[in-house]
Amino acid sequence: MNDMSKVEPPPLRFEAPPSTSLLAHARHIVSENPVTGLAFGLFALILFAAIFGPSIVPYDPLASNTNSALQGPSAAHWFGTDQLGRDIFSRVVAATRLDFTIAVASVALVFLLGGLAGVAAGFFGGWVDTIVGRVADTIMAFPLFVLAMGIVAALGNSVTNIVIATAIINFPLYARVARAEANVRREAGFVQAARLSGNSEWRLLLTQIVPNIMPIMAVQMSLTMGYAILNAAGLSFIGLGVRPPTPEWGIMVAEGASFIVSGEWWIAFFPGLALMTAVFCFNLLGDGVRDLVDPQRRN
Amino acid sequence: MTAKPLLDIKNLTVEFATRRGTVQAVKSIDIGVGKGETVAIVGESGSGKSVTSYAVVRILDRAGRVAEGSIGFSGIDLVGASEAQMRDLRGREISMIFQNPRAALNPIRKVGKQIEDVLLQHVQATRATARAKAIEALEKVRIARPEERYDAYPFELSGGMCQRIVIALALACQPQLLIADEPTTGLDVTTQKAVMDLIVELTRERGMSTILITHDLGLAAAYSDKVVVMEKGRVVETAAAAEIFCNPQHPYTRRLMQATPRVGMALRDLLPEAAAKPPAVPRILAAAGNAAAPLLRVENLVKEYPRPATGSLLAKLIGKAEPENPAFRAVDGISFEVRRGETLGLVGESGCGKSTTSMMVNRLLDPTSGRIVFDGQDIGAIPAKQFALTPLRRRIQMVFQDPTDSLNPRFTAERAILDPILRMGSLKGRDALRARCEELATLVGLPIELIDRFPHQLSGGQKARVGIARAIALEPDLVILDEPTAALDVSVQAVVLNLLEELKQRLRMSYIFVSHDLNVVRLLCDRVIVMRTGEIVEQGTAEEVLGAPQAEYTRELLTAIPHPPL
Repeated sequence: MNDMSKVEPPPLRFEAPPSTSLLAHARHIVSENPVTGLAFGLFALILFAAIFGPSIVPYDPLASNTNSALQGPSAAHWFGTDQLGRDIFSRVVAATRLDFTIAVASVALVFLLGGLAGVAAGFFGGWVDTIVGRVADTIMAFPLFVLAMGIVAALGNSVTNIVIATAIINFPLYARVARAEANVRREAGFVQAARLSGNSEWRLLLTQIVPNIMPIMAVQMSLTMGYAILNAAGLSFIGLGVRPPTPEWGIMVAEGASFIVSGEWWIAFFPGLALMTAVFCFNLLGDGVRDLVDPQRRN
Repeated sequence: MTAKPLLDIKNLTVEFATRRGTVQAVKSIDIGVGKGETVAIVGESGSGKSVTSYAVVRILDRAGRVAEGSIGFSGIDLVGASEAQMRDLRGREISMIFQNPRAALNPIRKVGKQIEDVLLQHVQATRATARAKAIEALEKVRIARPEERYDAYPFELSGGMCQRIVIALALACQPQLLIADEPTTGLDVTTQKAVMDLIVELTRERGMSTILITHDLGLAAAYSDKVVVMEKGRVVETAAAAEIFCNPQHPYTRRLMQATPRVGMALRDLLPEAAAKPPAVPRILAAAGNAAAPLLRVENLVKEYPRPATGSLLAKLIGKAEPENPAFRAVDGISFEVRRGETLGLVGESGCGKSTTSMMVNRLLDPTSGRIVFDGQDIGAIPAKQFALTPLRRRIQMVFQDPTDSLNPRFTAERAILDPILRMGSLKGRDALRARCEELATLVGLPIELIDRFPHQLSGGQKARVGIARAIALEPDLVILDEPTAALDVSVQAVVLNLLEELKQRLRMSYIFVSHDLNVVRLLCDRVIVMRTGEIVEQGTAEEVLGAPQAEYTRELLTAIPHPPL
């Protein structure tokens, strides 16, 4: 029996196949879109560097050695050394853990707060919607990076506060996407059916609405991961948040920036490249993640 | 067919590249459409009838391609024609009408302007004459006050009116061939009749050929010269319309004919002879003078919606719009009863308030006033939001119109069926729940191995069964069926209707059956209520209302249904 809607041009769907594993599905998605494969590959690399980076790097990222300061890339120092003779490759790899942790923590925080607030606003409407909407509007009224600067400056210079600031400036994005998605599903047949099954409104929200907007939220999370890394690096670049000598991409770019004019380009270039690669990877990952978690595409 | 046909499809095969290799949607078919002839292509979903028409105008999506065969259109080979040639032919020589007229019109452009666009595009008018020609086109499709309607936006017009505009667009350039893909699906029967009469008249007037693609055998019989029956990408039978219904040759045509509800047949007649029919359950007619109190009594039910405030935009902005606007009454003081073990049909055209009524009865919507007394309790007084938490919830359940929309895409069939039991039932423990789910699946005829699947892995009929299993999971007293078969093919509909009837007898439930299809209502219902603009026009037993209607409106509805000649 074919399931074919009468409205659309031929969506050919024949006898449903048995479900396949997530792994087989991932393999299919990668084979269909090699760019997604590249993104997943980069992500695996970032994850590897974040977990094992500090223990496998060839030099101590904090050890300075003035004898070998400001050396260009070579076999001994792949990315060269900085003004204090620290190995840049080691520092770039070791910094992954901190940047990645800041991004994950802030995205997780904003996903919980913004996502839930948005879903509740879209589903319940009324005053919940008004409050969430106005809070989001207020945040959006500031230039976001300046707002983040202000928050870190006010709360104090720490990694925790960078996480909080990044989460706050991303709040409107999550709240709005979640609100729109919840709003269109509020009157969907399956929500009504669940209401008939005796589900309370809260339960409807958590079991019917939330799981169904996860695909779009996953894409959103992947996109904001890149943005969060960029934001954290940006704050460090201007001297807020993480402090030297901690290896962090933003600080390293800031430190190297003054050497570019004198020809020592590698100090700023390699951390910058790592930053760009990470942001690029998370942006590409968005599509792949959606394909992976959307049950409509899994067959 | 004496001369060479206008459209000559020969040995056409259309393939789609899918994840599991190529799939042939249309398999070496031959169809000829003569000049001035109306050919109906009939088939169930997935039969390839729409794909065929898309191949003719070459609007197959990217995955699809013509693998073999030829399509000749008055000497031109459409398969080999260049895209520029096709662009010129589409609209001027071949035009198309789609199912959803509202989607085919640009929502932010006046309908008159849209007709002008087509005329200007194909050099049928100049800037100076465009307006007059557009009004003339509107007049031709019997739109009253065409000068006024010229300035209307699509959202200001009804569905039937929009479809007329689309027809005006399609016919504006006097094409030789019109392809109508389910042109009246989603329209009310009376509107359907008006639209189809119009298409036939206009095409006949101009000697045009028409391809009518439909799943409705009655429609095909009433409005075409020749019928082509398609099944799974193949043409199984081609014959003159009068002949095919009296003397169907192919077993599939016969099956299709049989599954179509008609006057003077019983529910069980819809099933194919070959299928093992369950022993007939004697139909327990709810005795007219039943002394017992009715299960449900609705008294003076009203649902009002506030109308948007009128007044100028400026007045609205500064909040000075007149609030004196009378509210719109979707349901206007109706009263009726549902007795135990009875099926009550609620019929009427779109906007008559039947769905609003059913939503209020099953307590998803709060009435403005009136009483809904269920088994002695006024459930209308309990707010809809809280009703889900009362023990009465489990006694009123519902089967939804769209089986796809009503299943959570992230729940398996098992989880969907068990949802009411988990929330309101007393059953506990994995094994007990699994056993109950299997029992319910068996009851509704859903193969047990399918209950671990997600909705998108099930067919339309299977999803409908999951929806029914969920509704009966707690053995409710009253089930509201909101057009439960509207999204299904006739053969699936036949099975589902029989299933519903059998379940009702077995579980001693009462049904409120909401539908616009009078033929189906006739088969399933004991009593019928006909509604129009929020009021009850007529009520009585099914035989009375549909056999000897008293109200003019009921008669109108009945005559508008196209019937296959039998």
